[in-house]
Amino acid sequence: MTQTTQTETGHSLAMPDGMQGFVKDWSSDQRAFKNVPWGKAMMWIFLLSDTFIFSCFLLSYMTVRMSTTVPWPNPSEVFALSFGGDPIPLILIAIMTFILISSSGTMAMAVMFGYKRDRRKTAILMLVTALFGASFVGMQAFEWTKLIVDEGVRPWSNPMGAAQFGSIFFMITGFHGFHVSVGVIFLFAIARKVWRGDYDNETPGFFTSRKGSYESVEVMGLYWHFVDLVWVFIFAFFYLW
Amino acid sequence: MAQAGDTAHDEVQQHPIGVYFKVWGLLFVLSAASYAVDYYHVESYLRWTLILVFMMLKAGFIVAVFMHMKWERLALIYAMILPPALVMVFVVLMTFEADYTFFTREVFFSLGK
Repeated sequence: MTQTTQTETGHSLAMPDGMQGFVKDWSSDQRAFKNVPWGKAMMWIFLLSDTFIFSCFLLSYMTVRMSTTVPWPNPSEVFALSFGGDPIPLILIAIMTFILISSSGTMAMAVMFGYKRDRRKTAILMLVTALFGASFVGMQAFEWTKLIVDEGVRPWSNPMGAAQFGSIFFMITGFHGFHVSVGVIFLFAIARKVWRGDYDNETPGFFTSRKGSYESVEVMGLYWHFVDLVWVFIFAFFYLW
Repeated sequence: MAQAGDTAHDEVQQHPIGVYFKVWGLLFVLSAASYAVDYYHVESYLRWTLILVFMMLKAGFIVAVFMHMKWERLALIYAMILPPALVMVFVVLMTFEADYTFFTREVFFSLGK
């Protein structure tokens, strides 16, 4: 009677695709995100919560703009800029959009080279991304200065129309600019770790003591792409609408 | 069987660099197109439709390719896409609320004159 049943551990459980896989993953034990490292899963969940924050901002903007009886200032004219000649509508915002998209492109490639364990290229591409981000914040500072000093826009009033324009503008672009700034700081921090070879040598992290890995570059990338993603919505709803 | 579930080496994303360049170019074109909507003063419903189409396309490409969502399992995709989609309910609610506020303001301000 000493017979025991051998538990088979030779291969991992099959993971079906499609709907069946979705149900199976979510109803399974211990982890729902089967092939995703936890750092990445946590970043996704953080981004989901951030999505709600920006959704609420854009929603309040919609509500305020729909309910005001005073005409909304025309963003196309408010954000026009002239280089000597006639003012070009929204030109600075367009440049900022292209800069942010370019930074997303360099970040995507940094992630790719990260997984190829190409230390130099990853670090350089991340630095380029950070510089794009910094120039974006710089242009935003210029835009804010122009609006506050030259046009007299305040959170409670402005000479162009509905008073709510200022508060919505400063809140939404301010919060987004803050996200970009934080992203730039983290880009520099992660790029430094890449450059030092922390992820090749699996150097333990200062706070977490976990082994360093190029996964951090992808997690950083997720955040950065999200910042670009939010700008897509702000550009469409606030500047173009 | 082997390809089915190798949880051991937690997912290494390897895609040819061409995919990123293509999407990058596409995002540039789409941004230029949405800027053109403003530049050429397209108005009213055509304007709003174009803005929304370009916006959704851009957002889709960023999430799908740059954020690698396309290559994730459905468990993660649904967890990230469904909750924001439900925000649309909130949008509908606030549309009613805003219309009501606008209506009361119109009535109140005209009475005040």
